[in-house]
Amino acid sequence: MKALCWEGVNELSVEDVPDPELRNDQDVIVKVSAGTTCGSDLHLIGGYIPAMRAGDVIGHEFLGEIVEVGPGVRRHKVGDRVVVCSFVGCGRCWYCANDLWSLCDNSNTNPGITQAMWGYEPGAVFGYSHAMGGLRGSHAEYVRVPFADYGAFPVPDEVDDVSALFASDSAPTGWMGADLGGVRPGDVVAVWGCGAVGQMAARAAMLLGAERVVCIDRFPERLAMTRQHIGAETIDYTETDVGAELRELTGGRGPDVCIEAVGMEAHGTGPDYAYDQAKQQLRLHTDRPTAVREAIYSCRKGGSVFVLGVFGGAVDKFPLGALMNKGLTLRGAQMHGQRYIPMLLDRIAKGELSTRHLATHEMSLDEAPTAYDMFKHKKDGCVRAVIRPGGAAA
Amino acid sequence: MKRAFVAAAVVAGVGAGLVRRLRSRAASRQDDLSRWLVVTVNVPPERFGETPEPLARLKDHIEIRTAPAPGGKGTELAARLCGNGRTGGTGPIARLSGNDPRQPVREALREAKSLIETGEIMKPDAPPTTRSTPGGKLVGLVTRRASGEGRL
Repeated sequence: MKALCWEGVNELSVEDVPDPELRNDQDVIVKVSAGTTCGSDLHLIGGYIPAMRAGDVIGHEFLGEIVEVGPGVRRHKVGDRVVVCSFVGCGRCWYCANDLWSLCDNSNTNPGITQAMWGYEPGAVFGYSHAMGGLRGSHAEYVRVPFADYGAFPVPDEVDDVSALFASDSAPTGWMGADLGGVRPGDVVAVWGCGAVGQMAARAAMLLGAERVVCIDRFPERLAMTRQHIGAETIDYTETDVGAELRELTGGRGPDVCIEAVGMEAHGTGPDYAYDQAKQQLRLHTDRPTAVREAIYSCRKGGSVFVLGVFGGAVDKFPLGALMNKGLTLRGAQMHGQRYIPMLLDRIAKGELSTRHLATHEMSLDEAPTAYDMFKHKKDGCVRAVIRPGGAAA
Repeated sequence: MKRAFVAAAVVAGVGAGLVRRLRSRAASRQDDLSRWLVVTVNVPPERFGETPEPLARLKDHIEIRTAPAPGGKGTELAARLCGNGRTGGTGPIARLSGNDPRQPVREALREAKSLIETGEIMKPDAPPTTRSTPGGKLVGLVTRRASGEGRL
């Protein structure tokens, strides 16, 4: 079959790879209908995520049709149209049982790597390095889905493929930021990043009762999309002082909840950004925490900061003093998608959550390297490129 | 005379340091080999059955104990090397070459936990990749050891 492979730093190509096979009784094989580029893929494409091998298939946000079912699968059958959670959860370890699915104890087959890096290992994610389980990714004609009873979800008939696709990762990630960030009715929420995850976090905050949601980015088309489709206010950080703007918008208090949806390759304007960029390029630190710092400084006293963006290692000049002295709650997580996906599909079906607008481009699998180039460099206003192994829709 | 005294003091100091370090290493190695390695299995102690197969295979080299985990978090399943099992290196070369005796114990504990909780041990996709490069071979070596490494 054909698949999009990582061949080296900033090097992708479509290759012939062996078809996936059922490796465990609880696996299914999914014929991929659609997948999408994700900002977190850019970190591994750019070489910031360790333990990639040339030939690794990337992609983790997808939906498709089940074409083969293992003998231990109880909830699915051949022909089911399913959206698959990007993180694999066994459903029965303590973490899965407590709705902390991305922390699954039993899905990462290479636990020693991330235990050495982070103390304990998270669960596996499709197409996201051998440190994160080494599973093949979804930018392929077929993909194996382990523990499918827990990670694959039937798509309601009335929801189209592209709308459902974002329930695989970006919508639950965003929802988790608002939910576990503790958004309550009446809150003012600030979201850093107007990509798909940031927009979903903003919409989630509104649906959870936030009175005012403000999103921060620098790309005019993303800011406009956020205003038009999400209904949030926006700040272009290249044109104003974000902290001052947020103070003015919040009666001087600062936002109650700050959600960072940017990650380790954050951009900015000030000297701290230049410092971060220089240190990262010299490999003196692994991540650029520019947006996290700003979120911590901007958050109101006693407020909450949630880190949704992906980080891999250590950062410099982390404002621990602000965190401690302002009494902030800081939380982060890879996404516990199984906790939210059925509810999100239901909301998409009811029209409460709009996701389709995120798909600014649709391309075939053969065009996937071009799709990532467009996505990375925000060419032609690309927010998300949908990749269809069966060929792009007309 | 003064120079000879300083030289003797330096030699004695370095020697004492070396001895202390070697003793400390030997003690640390013994400590490493005798330490309990533990996983918590998400089933209550009363539902915990016989020693699961991955650990039973090592029964001549390990001792096993279980205890209820606090807060209803299941059962703590612990194993440690004993007798002849406590031979072999624990340094970087032994770990990279797959000769650290703790590696099969960690692997068996993880497999036992997964079998009890889910009924299977998740296998990685195969083949892991389609191209052989020097960097890929290094990652391959690390992943071959990864199921027996880490912090249990």
